[in-house]
Amino acid sequence: MKLKDAFFPWFGLDIGGTLVKLVYFEPKDITAEEEEEEVESLKSIRKYLTSNVAYGSTGIRDVHLELKDLTLCGRKGNLHFIRFPTHDMPAFIQMGRDKNFSSLHTVFCATGGGAYKFEQDFLTIGDLQLCKLDELDCLIKGILYIDSVGFNGRSQCYYFENPADCEKCQKLPFDLKNPYPLLLVNIGSGVSILAVYSKDNYKRVTGTSLGGGTFFGLCCLLTGCTTFEEALEMASRGDSTKVDKLVRDIYGGDYERFGLPGWAVASSFGNMMSKEKREAVSKEDLARATLITITNNIGSIARMCALNENINQVVFVGNFLRINTIAMRLLAYALDYWSKGQLKALFSEHEVSGVISCDMLTFIKGMLFTLC
Amino acid sequence: MVAEARRLGWSVASPSFSLSARDPHAPGQAWPRCKRWDGLCDSPRRGSVAPPPVFGSPWNQGLGWGASREVGSALSPNLQSARPGGACQRAGMGSSVSGSSSSLGETCQNGALLDVGLEDGGSLTKLAYYSTVQHKVAKVRSFDHSGKDTEQDHEPPYEISVQEEVTARLHFVKFENTYIEACLDFIKDHLVNTETKVIQATGGGAYKFKDLIEEKLQLKVDKEDVMTCLIKGCNFVLKNIPHEAFVYQKDSDPEFRFQTNHPNIFPYLLVNIGSGVSIVKVETEDRFEWIGGSSIGGGTFWGLGALLTKTKKFDELLQLASRGQHTNVDMLVQDIYGGAHETLGLSGNLIASSFGKSATADQEFSKEDMAKSLLHMISNDIGQLACLYARLHCLDRVYFGGFFIRGHPVTMRTITYSINFFSKGEVQALFLRHEGYLGAIGAFLKGAEQDNPNQYSWGENYAGSSGLMSSSPELCPTQRARSGTFDLLEMDRLERPLVNLPLLLDPSSYVPDTVDLTDDALARKYWLTCFEEALDGVVKRAVASQPGSVDAAERAEKFRQKYWNKLQTLRHQPFAYGTLTVRSLLDTREHCLNEFNFPDPYSKVKQKDNGVALKCFQRVVSALDALDWEERQLALVKGLLAGNVFDWGAKAVSDVLESDPQFGFEEAKKKLQDNSGVDVILGVFPFVRELLSRGTEVILACNSGPALNDVTYSESLIVAERIAAMDPVIHSALREERLLLVQTGSSSPCLDLSRLDKGLAVLVRERGADLVVIEGMGRAVHTNYHAALCCESLKLAVIKNSWLAERLGGQLFSVIFKYEVPAE
Repeated sequence: MKLKDAFFPWFGLDIGGTLVKLVYFEPKDITAEEEEEEVESLKSIRKYLTSNVAYGSTGIRDVHLELKDLTLCGRKGNLHFIRFPTHDMPAFIQMGRDKNFSSLHTVFCATGGGAYKFEQDFLTIGDLQLCKLDELDCLIKGILYIDSVGFNGRSQCYYFENPADCEKCQKLPFDLKNPYPLLLVNIGSGVSILAVYSKDNYKRVTGTSLGGGTFFGLCCLLTGCTTFEEALEMASRGDSTKVDKLVRDIYGGDYERFGLPGWAVASSFGNMMSKEKREAVSKEDLARATLITITNNIGSIARMCALNENINQVVFVGNFLRINTIAMRLLAYALDYWSKGQLKALFSEHEVSGVISCDMLTFIKGMLFTLC
Repeated sequence: MVAEARRLGWSVASPSFSLSARDPHAPGQAWPRCKRWDGLCDSPRRGSVAPPPVFGSPWNQGLGWGASREVGSALSPNLQSARPGGACQRAGMGSSVSGSSSSLGETCQNGALLDVGLEDGGSLTKLAYYSTVQHKVAKVRSFDHSGKDTEQDHEPPYEISVQEEVTARLHFVKFENTYIEACLDFIKDHLVNTETKVIQATGGGAYKFKDLIEEKLQLKVDKEDVMTCLIKGCNFVLKNIPHEAFVYQKDSDPEFRFQTNHPNIFPYLLVNIGSGVSIVKVETEDRFEWIGGSSIGGGTFWGLGALLTKTKKFDELLQLASRGQHTNVDMLVQDIYGGAHETLGLSGNLIASSFGKSATADQEFSKEDMAKSLLHMISNDIGQLACLYARLHCLDRVYFGGFFIRGHPVTMRTITYSINFFSKGEVQALFLRHEGYLGAIGAFLKGAEQDNPNQYSWGENYAGSSGLMSSSPELCPTQRARSGTFDLLEMDRLERPLVNLPLLLDPSSYVPDTVDLTDDALARKYWLTCFEEALDGVVKRAVASQPGSVDAAERAEKFRQKYWNKLQTLRHQPFAYGTLTVRSLLDTREHCLNEFNFPDPYSKVKQKDNGVALKCFQRVVSALDALDWEERQLALVKGLLAGNVFDWGAKAVSDVLESDPQFGFEEAKKKLQDNSGVDVILGVFPFVRELLSRGTEVILACNSGPALNDVTYSESLIVAERIAAMDPVIHSALREERLLLVQTGSSSPCLDLSRLDKGLAVLVRERGADLVVIEGMGRAVHTNYHAALCCESLKLAVIKNSWLAERLGGQLFSVIFKYEVPAE
């Protein structure tokens, strides 16, 4: 089935471990004829999705990510990005039932683990048949697609110059004209690392369970925060060196025998072995340390994979990096430093009203582009 | 007791018979005269695959199963008649602590060393010091005789004198940092070398306690690089301590599987998990490279764990973790995929996101569950990184150390799991028994760098070392309480290098021991009981061996207690000293005897028996010479075995002897219907003589030190000298160096062919030895039964233990005669 043959609305769902990413294509070139044919429920859905930025208590439309005047399968329209926590999935299915989605004769393309987990619920409760798509296929296709269309006329791929320097650090566009081979590091709740050799040739290299879910989960336990945004906000104000034991804390400076700089973290949370220091740290410090720990570790594993696979460009994507400049800059710096400049960390991100985000790819991957 | 030990036994490691060009006789006459021997032992021709072990079969023609078992009636040697010997008192140079389980009575020599762990090591201080231990040992010395002595019936063949011998010993003690002052006092009190100006210290505590140490000891603290020390120590233990490394196997009993020492330990990866993680590639003795690390390590577990659970101690955190259920906190694959993971071929239990379920405000998580999740997260992460580094550097052995691992089955389990998972079984996670001492050992060696380490070998002293896990709270809380803060390791220095027998077919796969008692619970139970039951006899003989000593009974009692306790430890923790074997049980007993100054309880017995046997030598040899060739070969081999039967060490024989004091070797000879005599003089020497007279060169190797009643190298020299005085064949062979007497480097009733005296190995190579004869239960059955050599070999023994005989499918006093030809 081709997308253009499908009835509106066009939806894509990526149901991850923590977040559900919903992509909605809003046609802007609807003919009068089409409009007339539209059933009432479809109109109400379009109106509901496009006129709101929040749905229920947890659903959010990322207005800044919206791709305008996009041509997709011969149709012109806007692409909307909506997210909500995976634990609200039952409510979403219930809403689909209430709004009578099944009367639309549309196809719900879905990817992510939740496509499997909730398939039966969609069918029995919402009377909806999911079209399940392979997550990694979607991810690769999503990336290549988004890179080809660009972001509202600008380049998709960026890298950081002088990532360690607050003043001089700047994001520069990177032309991914020779995309292969590339190492794709998808940081969601957990982390998947893929080596991509061509559009159709890729393999999953490894993964780690220390991902965005770990950062958020630990932050909830350590600081009592309730949202990812809150955790990041706390982290931005904290000082991880109060929590972590640095090389210089042990050796008084650089550990020259091994060429380790004094500022390097020797032991994440290492200072927390001491009762006095535990009492002296703030929640913000803890949030920051958690962020640094998880990010450094991902960088380290990614670097080792790149070396083992002999790949020198590494693209980091995933929801963990959404509004997460600290992590992106750290990844950029760590990769550059430890590889002595041999590896380049790339981010597929775009900037809207000062907010950096790079999660669009994870969104778009839900958009079933296997059909295109 | 156990079967090893022939009185007078020739501790033959490898008398080798060089053939080929060196044999002046016609080739058809030379050793592998397979035609002859085929008939006897059913062995294949040269070049074909070695036959399965031939149990008893050589005796089919006359000495069937158990034929030699009638051995038994009259022997006179009255154990009690052993002549007064010198009281052997151990005298540590400073104070003497006879028999205290801690060895703190020794003396620190120059180069005491502190490894004061602080943030690492969970605040344990490790003290390494070198001491000299003075033993009184029985030395044999030839009389200045003119050949007439043999005529005098009551004259012993040689003199035994008690001499002082000084051996070097390395001690490693660890205790908690709270006892550091007591530790420093101890050093101060025992540091005899007043020239010492410097004490080497390593570990984080070297910084923190620097002032205290310098003030207390009036010595300058020399801080040694932690990692350099660690690696030096690691190389040392991997080379010198058998069964140092082990793999951890969950759900198997026991969980530890020890590795035999690989002749080439390099290159390897060392992953040290202290507060953080260091990954080091070790390429040679002196070359290593830090190739990576991670900040997520033991400190993360401890620090983050303390924050999450409000539990302060590392050990307590581990205990929490061992009770927790991580699936309540972690997001698993099945949590994301529902039940569909099965159809997708995914393992539902894999962790997709560590702490992924805790991202919620409205749920409480138990301390146990969080600790468990944290443990998994950290172990998996370290394992994954280790595998990535191992792969990048093409290494498949990864040793893990650091306080995160140290003696904790919980972390060894999770790390092993992680390595297996991420490497798909291609990388092996290995752990070290003495991991906690690496830094101390390394720094100590660094302090003693002027010594050339290649001149020495080291051996673990089982008597003075506490075993693996002996202080682990999880396994044995009571023992921890009893052992207090001490945990000991002692290494004895042998002033000679030990190397592989050059004739081993594959040194890297050679395993000396025939049965792994850690594995074989039935055999373990039997042997432990056997050694327990034999203990009374050993104590009795030890006392009897030193009739002139006032405290012999007291020391023997202490020996009993010590060895009994070791046996009890081994019952509960068979893995305490590496793979448990009959050899290690025997060696432990020897070490314990030495510890209480019974270095050679059999010296007098051996002296007496050798005297008797020497008198018979000429008669035996002329009787043999009168036989035709084939009969003579059979008689010679029977002679070898008859001597072997007559063995104070084997409990079965010992029982016969004790119930029938008249039983003697005359009877043994009768029962074997031939003229064989006591092992080395009437068994081995006639056999050697036969070979010599055929033009074969012979290297006769005997134990360097005493073990049970085995003949020692120094005794063999005198015996050979005395025989040479009577026998022209032996005489000329010794003079022309066609018969060479050497030492094996061993002081055990068993034999480890991977730790032989270098002099023997050199000789074997130079002379092109192409036949190895190994005799006796200890050397040919308990060990080396399966040893594959790249030349012909003959392993022979009489089974003097009915349980073992039964197990092997024979009867008591059956014969093992195993002639093997290497496959080409």
